[in-house]
Amino acid sequence: MNCKSVILEISNYIDGELAPVVKQELQRHLEHCEDCKLVVDQTKLTVDIFCDSQPVELPDDVKWRLHEALRRKVSGKGN
Amino acid sequence: MIGPPKPLNAPNPHRLPSRVARDDEHLLVAAAKRGDAVAFEELVKRYEAKIFRLTMNITRNREDAEDAMQDAFLKSYAHLKDFQEDSRFYTWLVRIAANEALMRLRKRRPNQVSLDEPIEGDDNLMPRELEDWGPSPEQRFAQTEINEILSEVIDELEPDFRIVFVLRDIEELSTEETAQALGISVPAVKSRLLRARLKLRQKLNRYFRRGGAN
Repeated sequence: MNCKSVILEISNYIDGELAPVVKQELQRHLEHCEDCKLVVDQTKLTVDIFCDSQPVELPDDVKWRLHEALRRKVSGKGN
Repeated sequence: MIGPPKPLNAPNPHRLPSRVARDDEHLLVAAAKRGDAVAFEELVKRYEAKIFRLTMNITRNREDAEDAMQDAFLKSYAHLKDFQEDSRFYTWLVRIAANEALMRLRKRRPNQVSLDEPIEGDDNLMPRELEDWGPSPEQRFAQTEINEILSEVIDELEPDFRIVFVLRDIEELSTEETAQALGISVPAVKSRLLRARLKLRQKLNRYFRRGGAN
């Protein structure tokens, strides 16, 4: 497996969707290619850091308008 | 609209989308379907912040994000009886909200969203700027700084890559659910997701490399 093939498979590797034989080939490549290892590790960290981000609390004014709209809808006064 | 990250050394559950929905979700949905407004309000309270983050991440415009979120909840209430419960309520809601957000984004940027068009070849995929990031970002940056960085780099991503990344890696939909939500094929999702992840890595390199922008 060459560097380009590794890059093309990064997503599938991170998501655990590679066939065992392809995964082994990719891991063998990573053992001797520092550049690809760096990209794989940093891409995984990129996914993790976004995935682990938590939604901030909804601003009070946005929340108030949402619940007001829902109240109107539930009471049949909304559109 | 990115919130504080959890510690990066915590167990990584992002391949288990079901963590989003609590066990009693189906009970609340059943009650709401029977006309229990309090049950529906509980569902709204549970997901309002996440749905606002989603619509904000897609539209990158606060007014559009609020409108899209509000319409998503109103539509989900109006069509709750049509929800077949063959998927999680949250997934169904995300699908509605993503479409509301996408509609507003397309209105605002008519020529920038082309989810159904083929994307360029593999030539530009090879990563540039290979630099050591040093200690983990959370050791080097305050959470508010990380939030600002994440918000900035996702804002720079082209909309058709950003939308796929948001649904797949932030809202934790599966590849199939993302494809279904956006009306595109599974290979199209995978191809955009790969590019989105590589582009974001490259953009984050600017901040996270040793001696980078602090």
